[in-house]
Amino acid sequence: MGLAKRIIPCLDVDNGRVVKGVQFVDIRDAGDPVEVARRYDEQGADEITFLDITATSDNRETMVHLVEEVASQVFIPLTVGGGIRKVEDIRTMLNAGADKVGINSAAVFNPEFVKEAAEKFGSQCIVVAIDAKKVSAEGEANRWEIFTHGGRKETGIDAVEWAIKMVAYGAGEILLTSMDRDGTKIGFDLELTRAISEAINVPVIASGGVGELQHLVDGVKEGKADAVLAASIFHFGEHTIEEAKRKMASAGIEMRL
Amino acid sequence: MSSVAVIDYGMGNLHSVAKALEKVGEGVEVNVTSDARTILSSDRVVLPGVGAMRDCMGEIKRLGLDKTIHEFIESGKPLFGVCVGMQVLLESSAENNGVTCLGILPGKVEYFGDELRDMKSGDRLKIPHMGWNQVHQEIEHPMWDGIAQDARFYFVHSYYAQPAHPDLIAASTNYGFQFTSAVTKDNVFAVQFHPEKSQHAGLALYANFLKWNGKTITRNHPF
Repeated sequence: MGLAKRIIPCLDVDNGRVVKGVQFVDIRDAGDPVEVARRYDEQGADEITFLDITATSDNRETMVHLVEEVASQVFIPLTVGGGIRKVEDIRTMLNAGADKVGINSAAVFNPEFVKEAAEKFGSQCIVVAIDAKKVSAEGEANRWEIFTHGGRKETGIDAVEWAIKMVAYGAGEILLTSMDRDGTKIGFDLELTRAISEAINVPVIASGGVGELQHLVDGVKEGKADAVLAASIFHFGEHTIEEAKRKMASAGIEMRL
Repeated sequence: MSSVAVIDYGMGNLHSVAKALEKVGEGVEVNVTSDARTILSSDRVVLPGVGAMRDCMGEIKRLGLDKTIHEFIESGKPLFGVCVGMQVLLESSAENNGVTCLGILPGKVEYFGDELRDMKSGDRLKIPHMGWNQVHQEIEHPMWDGIAQDARFYFVHSYYAQPAHPDLIAASTNYGFQFTSAVTKDNVFAVQFHPEKSQHAGLALYANFLKWNGKTITRNHPF
């Protein structure tokens, strides 16, 4: 017995509501973030991640209040991502009650920001979010690159090399999203997850593509992920977190039940 | 009305610690403070901490809290150390090329190492040790009342405490090897994990702290 693998429901927040769309279209309302967070806490979520999907200044204010409210009721780790660009953004979120912040585009545009953040607040609260897409052709050796702006802008940066660099700069955890799989419900990109997880010595959260509970099992067993993140399968009542944990435990994965 | 001071030295998520205490402590006055008088007049003290050891010790000293913490412990009232707030109680830490700590408990703080492997599977273990792991209670203690043996708590750390005497160990946890996840001596109890992030079990630990009088009960054996 030892450390359990984690299930992390992700709440995409827009204008104070949880939303979820398939590849950023067909956005559906999934409820009030505080209520949703409380429900997942009751179901046994190991952590909760909030993603500010618009990251406008109005939405930022809403996020701070939301984190404050959730943190006074829900006693599990909370991560906030989306629009974290300055040291001050991190401080604001940690003071509101977040335990970790996710840095995405800002890390690509200014890698030194990750270093500065880790030195100031400690690696344990710095999650670097990596959005990767496969760029190798059929039959070639697998290769993935980093994309920004919700997968629309290519950067030419190799995903595995980038993950290694971000850990060297002080990332305490990597949130890895396959932009090819996000919203498709056909499962994680297991080769990508495994390539990154085996290349670095900090925990990797697999994200993008979960459509059924077996995908979570595969993410850990095949993808070697330390944690799995999912949104829509929990938001619309298809499955509870508890069901997901039982499924993973019955597959021989150590879970907190 | 009883009071509890959460020592604020600018390091870590004090919001969550204070909220957890408020949640379980009906009518308990919770003060997040660095003021020596407030701390010393409190019935109980929580010493939290997150971040790098050099910064933590630097801030504790700069604010003169090292003396305040020593004085509070001398008074015999209960003190609860959490995460880095546990590590600072020992004599020294290997973090940041070596830092001298408060020396309240004999022992040191060591790095997990980059080549950590699971004892059974041989799988490489990641650093930081992050997530929910089991806490094996090594002693009977009022702080463990009502908390299941081997209950899971939330950890996030890369360094671990190595107390100099086994009788300081209140709990242990397995991550590549058995490390000390809780220590206690007289009116001091401290844990490596984050009870404020450990849902029901964590809140139960804070509730126990608010009831604990700082004395360990010597239980009479039936024979």
